[in-house]
Amino acid sequence: MHLLFIKQMNINLNQICKHFGKLQANDHISLLIPGGTIQGILGENGAGKSTLMKILSGFIQADEGEVILDGVQVRIHSPADAIQHGVGMLHQDPLDFPPMRVIDNFVLGQSGGLFPDWKSVVDEFKQLSEQFDFKLRHDAYVDMLTVGERQQLEILRLLWLGAQVIILDEPTTGISALQKQKLFETLKILAGRGKTVIFVSHKLEDVENLCDRVVVLRQGKLVGEQLKPFNTKNLVNMMFGKSIALEESKSHSTDRIAFELRDLSLEEERIQIQNIDLKIQAGEVIGLAGMEGSGQRPFMQACAGFLRPVHGRILVNGRDMTGMNYPAFKRQGVGYMPASRLEEGMIPGLTLSEHFILAGQQEGLFIDHDQWQEVTREKIRDYNIRGKPESPVESLSGGNQQRALLALLQQPLKLVLLEHPTRGLDIESVIYTWGKLKERCCDGAAIIYTSSDLEEILLYSDRILVFFSGKVSAPLSARGTSVAQLGNLIGGKDWARIKTGVGVTA
Amino acid sequence: MTNEAILLGLAGVLTTAAPLIFAVVGETISERGGVINLSINGTVLLTAMGGFAVSVSTGSLLWGFVAGMVIGALVALIVAFGSVTLKQNQVAIGFVLALVCRDLAYFIGNPYMGLEGLRLPSLDIPLLGDIPIIGTLFFNHDLMTYLSYLIIPAAWVWIFRTRPGLVLQGIGEKPAAAFVRGSNVRRLRYLYTVLGGAIIGLSGPIYSLSVKAGWKGTISGLDGLGWIALAITIFGGWNPIRAALGVYLFAFLQWLGLVLQPSLPGVPSQVLQVAPFPLMIMTLLLVNIGNTEWVTRTLAVLPAPLRRFFNRLLRAMRASPPAALGTPFESE
Ligand SMILES: Nc1ncnc2c1ncn2[C@@H]1O[C@H](COP(=O)(O)OP(=O)(O)OP(=O)(O)O)[C@@H](O)[C@H]1O
Ligand SMILES: [Mg+2]
Repeated sequence: MHLLFIKQMNINLNQICKHFGKLQANDHISLLIPGGTIQGILGENGAGKSTLMKILSGFIQADEGEVILDGVQVRIHSPADAIQHGVGMLHQDPLDFPPMRVIDNFVLGQSGGLFPDWKSVVDEFKQLSEQFDFKLRHDAYVDMLTVGERQQLEILRLLWLGAQVIILDEPTTGISALQKQKLFETLKILAGRGKTVIFVSHKLEDVENLCDRVVVLRQGKLVGEQLKPFNTKNLVNMMFGKSIALEESKSHSTDRIAFELRDLSLEEERIQIQNIDLKIQAGEVIGLAGMEGSGQRPFMQACAGFLRPVHGRILVNGRDMTGMNYPAFKRQGVGYMPASRLEEGMIPGLTLSEHFILAGQQEGLFIDHDQWQEVTREKIRDYNIRGKPESPVESLSGGNQQRALLALLQQPLKLVLLEHPTRGLDIESVIYTWGKLKERCCDGAAIIYTSSDLEEILLYSDRILVFFSGKVSAPLSARGTSVAQLGNLIGGKDWARIKTGVGVTA
Repeated sequence: MTNEAILLGLAGVLTTAAPLIFAVVGETISERGGVINLSINGTVLLTAMGGFAVSVSTGSLLWGFVAGMVIGALVALIVAFGSVTLKQNQVAIGFVLALVCRDLAYFIGNPYMGLEGLRLPSLDIPLLGDIPIIGTLFFNHDLMTYLSYLIIPAAWVWIFRTRPGLVLQGIGEKPAAAFVRGSNVRRLRYLYTVLGGAIIGLSGPIYSLSVKAGWKGTISGLDGLGWIALAITIFGGWNPIRAALGVYLFAFLQWLGLVLQPSLPGVPSQVLQVAPFPLMIMTLLLVNIGNTEWVTRTLAVLPAPLRRFFNRLLRAMRASPPAALGTPFESE
């Protein structure tokens, strides 16, 4: 009965143009999204997806073109205007307030009386996060959360605000398969109720599962459109202008032990990990699987020397490094790439070449800018970064920031620690990046990385450690494990059947 | 020294602290929004002179305080214009204003030097004022001292418990994120800088109409108060309650210096005058100790519930400056 009263909003983007300097980020893009549907937006890194979404949500202004909502041309000058029109957006990198509490972040921006009704807000927050199986504590501080958890918080906030149009820019990089399923169910229900959902992602599979229709952007232009059911091959072709196949990944594992943990116990505000024994061979790739915040981050930080273990030893290349700090680890050839690229990984405001200068070896007092320009150009070519040596890092697209971060890791390394190395990368770049990383393995580097993508974990790792609320599995061989098994372990099931803690070298 | 004298002395500490309280709370509000109002030392002098001059000319105390607020707001408006609209360096603008306002105060204030003026009358609060000890200590003051008690929790509640207060924290922390949530960052920064300036503007008149009534130009003993307020704002972790405790501690130490001087003839008087500063710094370092690694590691040996309690306590005490403090906001 009430179906008759459903309010729908048709979105019509007409000839949207946006340029940054000489670069045409959006080039006469026209797009019609009927209300009540889920629209997917695909495109390689730097294609202009985020730019288009930021225009629709008022974060930036188009140079030309118009936005028509339900037949009425509207002027969206700021996010406040967009919110007025019922448009809400989840940004690719979480735009939140790290030193504030989760619940403060949740409430901030919501309209209402002078004093929020904290009790009911907390109740609603708990209810909502339970609905999605997100394990967020309302009184935690956001700077203690992982990037994935911060994305979860933003998803909850956006859904709670109840916008008519919900834009999600890469929302699935920080959530597990099960959580993703629940999120998708909810989005489908919302669409059924007449809301319009716009979903930007690099995961073709996600887009195909969720969306009713898809458009593809390439180099700022809209190059194609498809309705359900989708033709995957065709989509890939539109995105990259060629077809791409996944390759079987080779193992470069050797006999030499590159890294060793002996009876290691870690402790952090939220989580404790006990008695890990692990030997990693040179050239080996270890994938860490688990829901966000299950202990992967303290584990990584301990391996890099940021977090001192409360018990046990850490050996890099046979040398005892327990209790030393990151610079000491770095000198021993340990490199670390954090997940929050614009907060811990790079320095907003500095250009690409300045980043390479900072990361490089210092010789003498003065900087030879020409030489570094050349080095930067080489890296840009090598890692296929869309940007110039003089581009400030925050002007790069999300995926290109990620490539820059990878390019900044020094060479050679003995142990490479990577948090979500391919977060926000398109398929082509994922393959390319892993090619680059495997080259390092060939040179004898061991890699430890986290990812919320189980297929990635299984495809590229030699062995896998599963984390579940501070418990760590014995290393599993990637060959002998299936996506389903891994999914169960991550969700806390089947743990009785595997060994924990005491790691046996394969 | 009799008990009575000590009690009166302590009560005096609360009165002399009042100008600093307003200065610190005003600065805290401004900085929470991301704008450093570095002009505060000049503002305090200018408003002390202006408030006094206006009250002498109009014969009204009220107009004196209003003049202080207006002057404070106007100076802050210049700071806001320079930093929010022109996107210039806030430190440079504020510093220049601090010097200009000070000289203006001395220059314009010349004719009012040493004039007999009004003085804020003492206002005993009925009932509360009659309670032994407590009454003398807290409730035998003038109106502005009472207001100085009230503005501390009021500012705290506003910043940490209200919806607009959360937004205030947001625009100082990550303006882009506040912008995305629908805030007009520039307008709000103007608003809070000017509001903070108006509150700072009360501290001058309180001094010249109450604490040390009158205007005595360069020997007013007021020069420097603004710089201390800036320091206490920082050490107070941009939290009005902590900053207020810092102010009271500072005022108390200063009083102690004066009291102890006669009984410690061997110690040069300068030492006692300066001692409050390093003592303040030590105290505030102790308050911020939760940030250090060895503390975290020491705590690790405690049993879990106790450790969790301490961790929370330390975390709650931890203070970091608003991340976007001093930086202009570009929406594109
Ligand atoms: N503020 C800016 N200043 C300069 N160039 C920018 C700015 N924002 C984006 N660009 C450029 O515009 C292009 C499109 O960027 P956009 O962020 O829209 O890409 P995207 O499709 O979202 O890519 P990704 O998948 O990597 O996130 C990129 O080449 C990027 O470098
Ligand atoms: Mg993007």
